[in-house]
Amino acid sequence: MKSAGLRTRLFLVDDHQLFRSGLRAELEDEFEIVGEAGDVDQAVAGIVALKPDVVLLDVHLPGGGGATVADAITRRGAGATRFLGISVSDAPEDVIGVIRAGARGYVTKSISPTELADAIRRVHSGDAVFSPRLAGFVLDAFRGELPTSIDPELDQLTPREREVLRHIARGFTYKEIGVRLNLSAKTVETHVSSVLRKLQLSSRYELTRWAMDRRMI
Amino acid sequence: MSSTSATHDSPGATGTRDGATPSGPRRYRFLVRSRRDRVLSGTAGGLAESLGIDPLLVRLSLAVLTAAGGTGIVLYLALWALSTEPDTALPAHAVQQRPRNRQIAAVACIVAGGMLIFRSLGIWFGDALAFPVALAAAGSALIWARSDESDRRRWARFSERLPGNPVASVFGGRISPLRVAGGGILLAAGMTIFLVANRAVASARTVLLAVLVTAAGLGLIIGPWILRLARDAGEERRQRIRSEERAEIAAHLHDSVLHTLALIQRSEDPADVAALARRQERELRAWLDHRPTPSAQQDLRGAVDALASRVEQLHHVTVDTVVVGDAPVTQHVEALLLACQEAAINAARHSGAAHVSIYVEADTEGITAYVRDEGKGFDVDAVPADRRGIAQSVIGRMRRHGGSATITSRPGQGTEVQLELPRSGS
Repeated sequence: MKSAGLRTRLFLVDDHQLFRSGLRAELEDEFEIVGEAGDVDQAVAGIVALKPDVVLLDVHLPGGGGATVADAITRRGAGATRFLGISVSDAPEDVIGVIRAGARGYVTKSISPTELADAIRRVHSGDAVFSPRLAGFVLDAFRGELPTSIDPELDQLTPREREVLRHIARGFTYKEIGVRLNLSAKTVETHVSSVLRKLQLSSRYELTRWAMDRRMI
Repeated sequence: MSSTSATHDSPGATGTRDGATPSGPRRYRFLVRSRRDRVLSGTAGGLAESLGIDPLLVRLSLAVLTAAGGTGIVLYLALWALSTEPDTALPAHAVQQRPRNRQIAAVACIVAGGMLIFRSLGIWFGDALAFPVALAAAGSALIWARSDESDRRRWARFSERLPGNPVASVFGGRISPLRVAGGGILLAAGMTIFLVANRAVASARTVLLAVLVTAAGLGLIIGPWILRLARDAGEERRQRIRSEERAEIAAHLHDSVLHTLALIQRSEDPADVAALARRQERELRAWLDHRPTPSAQQDLRGAVDALASRVEQLHHVTVDTVVVGDAPVTQHVEALLLACQEAAINAARHSGAAHVSIYVEADTEGITAYVRDEGKGFDVDAVPADRRGIAQSVIGRMRRHGGSATITSRPGQGTEVQLELPRSGS
């Protein structure tokens, strides 16, 4: 009954075997799980060989972390492969790192199976996925004035983007945000995607410094 | 229900207020004593209000005329007899006219002219007394008179804040140094002339006596007023502190002891009950010993995480926290965190949701916190007033610390509690 090609092809990267099995059990009804890996090298080799649609990428991995995987694949030309970061640790520097390496979003491991499936679909269709935590990180990183900004277009969030992120941080879904801010769901998506773009392209060195600072806590 | 009582209320209230003015006697009154500004009977204050000058000028003028030949007392008694008490129902003159230099000059001229007339009429204590007193009064007026709005406001604040040093509170502000210097010179000149002139006329004993009598008189006039002000302010402050402390203790007991008791009643496992009781005892002892709560030593992020794990431990829910920005955990921030915790506990207990989101954002304006669940929600207007959790621990606590709390909920739509604390209050 496997109608490959119609179902999203998913690749799991996590260093915990148990967690991977759990994910597999939860997701295999809806997605075609083409492979899995427990460290950076396996992951890079597997993704290059299998060309999955979406890689569910643990941000903590032995041998360099999720950012290294995303970075390596992107440099080789990722094709249509998209990355969704997943983590239990929530360390900001890891999360920001995996996003800046090219992931289309980030979710926590406490996410419910339905929400996770929804996030994977979203990432596959090219949208960005922000968990409340990630929205908080981004708001934190883009806080304050930028006296030496190189590109204010990229290094600042618009008030609307801020508002959308605040709602995500408060735990609202995109649909609810659309209703509350009187926007279409598509517009909310656009704002979130543009925040993601800024996060990946921003030249602000505060972003790095901020993430580094957080490691100390 | 509430709308009918409001419509019933408002015309009644405006009716009495409007009714007071026409029902009161509309006859012209020569002089109304001041209710606000009163040392003896409010006569001088009333005169100053109707003339639009500083009451101090009126009082000094009367004092000068008294020293010149005793006419100040006569004049005061006459004014007092002719003036009427203010209506208690009417608010005191809220707007005091701005004193104009011309009016002040006019008062000075009237006093000077009056002195000359009394002198030629022979109602006169003698040059050696009258002129030095007039000079000293002019100097005093120059320094102390409230000649502009900022001074006036400072005085108003000063009288609210008694006890305190009046000189410091007046000179602590921006009083023109020119005025202080000029007034000081006049005062010194008056006193010197007085001393020089009286050494020739009277013996040193008389001078000493006069000074003592004057000081005693001043003490008699101003002393009780200052004492009463100080007592009133002190008493009012004590009561406010007492009631705030009571509310704080009530909120704390609700958060801690009552919660634990509720949990114990629901719990069936004796080990659980013992653990709850031990934890509560430890907390209560720490609180009674004024030991800082753990969050006091942390930053905002750590404190929010700590409260989330407390809620997770006590109730079987997951609590997601997102903190943006940071702020020192002051006493006010502590209150916000406790309100936050209380809101999260409420969500855990009553919403039925398995998941609570806490979002805290600190910026230059202040701290905003949101506690949200996707549970069954409730009708905010239908909550009885005696439900202590929300009323005391959340709304009352935020208000006491200069912040505010807003609860948004609808049945079936979840609940969000928004807490705000301006930075100035933290």
